Amino acid sequence: MKRFDLGALRAVFKGDRHSDRVVPPSGFTAQLTVFAAGAMAFLAVFALALSLASGRLAKVWGQELAQSATVRIVAPLDQRAAQTDAALKVLESTKGVASARALTDAEQEALLAPWFGPDLAIDSLPVPRLIEVVEEGEGLDPVGLRLRLSAEVPGAVLDDHSRWRAPLVAAANRLRLLGWLSTLLIATAVGAMVTLAAQAALAANAQVIAVLRLVGATDDYIGRAFIRRFTLRALLGSAVGTVLGMIAVVLLPDAGEAGGFLTGLGFAGVDWLVPLLVPLLIGLVAFAATGAAARRTLRELT
Amino acid sequence: MIELENVAYSYGGGELLSDITLKLAPGSFHFLTGPSGAGKTTLMKLCYGALLPTAGHLRLFNTDVRGMDRDDIAMVRRRVGVVHQDVKFLDHLPLTENIALPLSVAGRHAEAGGSDLEELMSWVGLTHRADALPPELSGGERQRAALARAVIMSPDVILADEPTGNIDWEMSQRLLHLLVELNRMGKTVLIATHDLGLIRATKAHVQARVLRIANRRIQLAGADL
Repeated sequence: MKRFDLGALRAVFKGDRHSDRVVPPSGFTAQLTVFAAGAMAFLAVFALALSLASGRLAKVWGQELAQSATVRIVAPLDQRAAQTDAALKVLESTKGVASARALTDAEQEALLAPWFGPDLAIDSLPVPRLIEVVEEGEGLDPVGLRLRLSAEVPGAVLDDHSRWRAPLVAAANRLRLLGWLSTLLIATAVGAMVTLAAQAALAANAQVIAVLRLVGATDDYIGRAFIRRFTLRALLGSAVGTVLGMIAVVLLPDAGEAGGFLTGLGFAGVDWLVPLLVPLLIGLVAFAATGAAARRTLRELT
Repeated sequence: MIELENVAYSYGGGELLSDITLKLAPGSFHFLTGPSGAGKTTLMKLCYGALLPTAGHLRLFNTDVRGMDRDDIAMVRRRVGVVHQDVKFLDHLPLTENIALPLSVAGRHAEAGGSDLEELMSWVGLTHRADALPPELSGGERQRAALARAVIMSPDVILADEPTGNIDWEMSQRLLHLLVELNRMGKTVLIATHDLGLIRATKAHVQARVLRIANRRIQLAGADL
């Protein structure tokens, strides 16, 4: 029996009425395989949802924070307005800057309100003036901008958010990796489960195999009868599990703005096509696992 | 067709067969006799590649078994019909499908439901049991079904291991008559049996060579009973 046979893979879908019948029906094992494949597919859909949502989150955080920067004007009160204007002029002529505007007193008061309370007399405090910078294209060159600001606006400090953007994006990327890893582990678990089931079925059908060999059946013929049965069971179970998993993702409650990350858990756009690969993956894993089990068992049953 | 040259077979540290030299020529009829446990079944299994010799040379259809893989052995079995005393079937399939199983396995599906099958069922007298499941068959019916399955591929050689062990005298005669008929059609037949009365009865109808296994060897090879 060959290690990987495209003909065997074709035979799974083409079917052979005669070879299908040589393996006796085994109700309970069949139901268990279908159920286990379904449950694994259901879990795989959630792992994929987590992974894809984390990916989107990493992308959004990365893009949004990378596309903005803040300039702080730390200057004596009487120079603050002049330095703010000077900094805005520098920013206007900086490549990669789409827009730059100084936050109003009201906006700065709102930012400080959680710490100092409302009705803060911001004019009387040495609070730095903040300039919000929105970037475009490939963004600004922070090193060059810092040099220009230090030369023309001594009280200006550029914060391009890279210091705290990186760990957030790293965390989201790690979450995405964990999601994919979970999917792989689930596929491996399916492989192990199908291998055990197939091996048990092959061992239980030792007499059938003996009869088939007596009448001239090759290992390919015997193996295919088992491979087809287990692959189709795994495909059926995983298809049902995937559909149920996708429905469950659709039905996830909307946590609204307060939900934060959970609000985005699920699939968006073409991501909905990704879980459809789960039954194919599980089917392929079942095909390979049953093939390996059949090769091993048929070698032992000489 | 099947040649054994100084073949020995050992299992579990003990030698079951030793220095066996035997040639089954096309169209020949052989009886293999000897006491229980003498190694008749072992020798039969060697003849269709179910066991491999631990010493000597075994050639099946002019090919040494040492150069064969399991697929090659499977091809050999399509040319050798085997009937065991303790015959096994696929118990979940009706009798016709069991008898046609060698055809299905060989991919000759069209023939599996054809008139040849009906004729064969009639030849072994099992037409009325076509839809029966194997566990529903009597001992004699099982043996005849096994013979039908063994010959459906029109094999060159038929090996029957105690084919009459579980059936009455009348049924034994009927089964042997079928085997003699097959030999007249040019098939090589080897029957393992310890029933000397059966051998004598058969020799009245066909020229058969009687081989006796004792003390791990073929001792009376070539001697007529």
